[in-house]
Amino acid sequence: MTGESGQPVYDMAVVRGFALSALVWGLVGMIVGLLAAVQLAWPEANWGPYLHFGRIRPIHTNAVIFGFTLGVVFAGTYYGIQRLCRVRMFSDTLSRINLWGWNAIIVAAAVSLVLGHTTSKEYAELEWPIDVALAVVWVVYAVNVFGTLARRREKGMYAAIWFWIATVITIAMLHIVNSMALPVSWMKSYSAYSGVFDANIQWWYGHNAVGFLLTTPILGLMYYFLPKVAGRPIYSHRLSILHFWSLIFIYIWAGPHHLIYSPLPDWAQTFGVAFSVALIFPSWGGMLNGLLTLSGAWDKVRTDPLLKMFVVGLTFYGMSTFEGPMMAVRSVNSLSHFTNWTVGHVHSGALGWVALTCFATLYYMIPRLWHTQLYSQRLANVHFWLATLGIVLYVTPMWVAGVTQGLMWRATNPDGSLAYTFIETVAAIRVYDVIRAAGGAVFLSGVFVMFYNVWRTIQQGSAELPEGALPNAAPATAGGA
Amino acid sequence: MAYERHAELEGKWIRFSVYTFLAVAVGGLVLVIPPFFLQGTVEPIEGLAPYSALQQEGRDLYVREACYVCHSQQIRPFKTETDRYGPYSLAGESVYDRPFQFGSRRTGPDLARIGGKYPDSWHWIHFGDPRDIEPRSNMPDFDFLRQTEVDLSLTERKLATLAKLGHPYSEAQITGAVAAAEAEMAEIAKSLRSDGIELSETEARSEAIALIAYLQVLGTSVTELPPVDTAGSGNAGLVEGGAR
Repeated sequence: MTGESGQPVYDMAVVRGFALSALVWGLVGMIVGLLAAVQLAWPEANWGPYLHFGRIRPIHTNAVIFGFTLGVVFAGTYYGIQRLCRVRMFSDTLSRINLWGWNAIIVAAAVSLVLGHTTSKEYAELEWPIDVALAVVWVVYAVNVFGTLARRREKGMYAAIWFWIATVITIAMLHIVNSMALPVSWMKSYSAYSGVFDANIQWWYGHNAVGFLLTTPILGLMYYFLPKVAGRPIYSHRLSILHFWSLIFIYIWAGPHHLIYSPLPDWAQTFGVAFSVALIFPSWGGMLNGLLTLSGAWDKVRTDPLLKMFVVGLTFYGMSTFEGPMMAVRSVNSLSHFTNWTVGHVHSGALGWVALTCFATLYYMIPRLWHTQLYSQRLANVHFWLATLGIVLYVTPMWVAGVTQGLMWRATNPDGSLAYTFIETVAAIRVYDVIRAAGGAVFLSGVFVMFYNVWRTIQQGSAELPEGALPNAAPATAGGA
Repeated sequence: MAYERHAELEGKWIRFSVYTFLAVAVGGLVLVIPPFFLQGTVEPIEGLAPYSALQQEGRDLYVREACYVCHSQQIRPFKTETDRYGPYSLAGESVYDRPFQFGSRRTGPDLARIGGKYPDSWHWIHFGDPRDIEPRSNMPDFDFLRQTEVDLSLTERKLATLAKLGHPYSEAQITGAVAAAEAEMAEIAKSLRSDGIELSETEARSEAIALIAYLQVLGTSVTELPPVDTAGSGNAGLVEGGAR
């Protein structure tokens, strides 16, 4: 479809839909996350069968990963792919099925998890009918993406697209293999694998969900939106090539680092450790390619809240991809495994890298989707600082709590007996649970600020193209935000 | 130059996607496929029986309430862990565990060998309010498990499904699943009453009873540290103090 100017008319309705749904799920998921943090500090905050920590925690992870993050990823890919291919999406119908189907799945996930229907596999808790629906919608997305690539009017595919291709393919593979189960009834099934083998496949999935839901698609967003915001091309195309192929090849091997000192065969654990350590190189390749893109544009980082988010996001990406390989080393893992250090590690990546990059992406797209400018740069700045402060307040106490508990578990008296009972280690970290909840509250307050800012932006804009304006043209003075 | 050839690849979406798939499939194949062939070699440890009907129902409740988000079932081969929890976990112990319940975070203690550690009545009181037993506990109370009757309408089908997946249940065990569960519940209710706990009709058939049945069997098939050379297991022997 092309407009009068001869330019293709892109489908932005699906992008608007995913941007809004992502924001709503983000808010819901983070409120639920705060509740989970409060429950750990104050057990009185657990309510009855439906709202205790065991049911709340998977709702938090599913809402923020599949509702918020993937919502932004769908929005960002539909926004970016059409422009990078200079063609409208392959099928508007598939786009609609993707949007409504996906959000229906998130609703079904939330309801079924509250009711206690779970497979207990972390980040793959949904029961089999929802898993089937998820696979179908994912295939719809894949057909739409590949159909668009096939019809593209730009010869080469830019680096962002590579990362999105890797996401589409790998998530399909992981989801299908890990979700294999034999149903007992409509909402109960037993895993096709048992014991150690079930654990092996689950963490092959679980680790690569981090790799291909929280890393590659977010890198794609970074590759597309950071150069747009900075007004500079990506630092090095060669570095993109090197770190893309090495990242996707190495990532998939690292899963067994979740099972160190478990009954999983040693050879598999060793593969997991070795590839996890190697993963630091492609990860830092991506971080450096992003940060060095700002060479000559660092002055903009001082004033532009979006660039601040990208820069701090990339910095957290670098930190957590240094921390992760370190935690996969056997001697460190023997201390950190089963403690809050892992929780801190995950959140330095999830809040620092994933959420900040997603926020920046939304702040960039939303004014353009509603043909206006961002309502308030100042509020975006406030959001940035609240988010950063919240992350520090969240992650630091989790590190301290993790190391404290890890050391107390292994502490012995001079006669070799255990120095602490388990409950003493629980009591020792309670103060950090309280600080963490405060950090989460600060981070969440930033999302409320964003919600208000976005709402006012949409109010002052219009989804319809203003009369006389060219389709797809950026608002005249919207540079930066 | 390699980079020029890559420029050509960037123009071909099918070839690019196939290469991408190959790059991620290699690690997947090496890590995921061989264990399937190992599955035949890791036999259940001696004396390990599949869960009884009530234990399996209890296990499904353990999964439903997501106990694994706070309790691991995986004791590592460190002296400080085996001192605290008992013999380290073996691959052959979890062959009837669908799904596995190793867990990833110990907000509470490991439960791999909780079976037999406390009397049934301890668990009953603890589910009612963990702070009645340990004031510093941050575990939610699970009183509702004591007030809800266990649903046995799917028990027979559950065992039949597990039998299809290779769990050695006899035909009689499957068809007699509900009766066996009722009998086991009566046993546990009797033990609670003998400890002075008054049970209503509902409480005596409650979900908490099924969960107690599961917890009390956990890890009980291993009583002493197994030999270091365990076929198919990654346990390279006891590691002193946790660090290498």
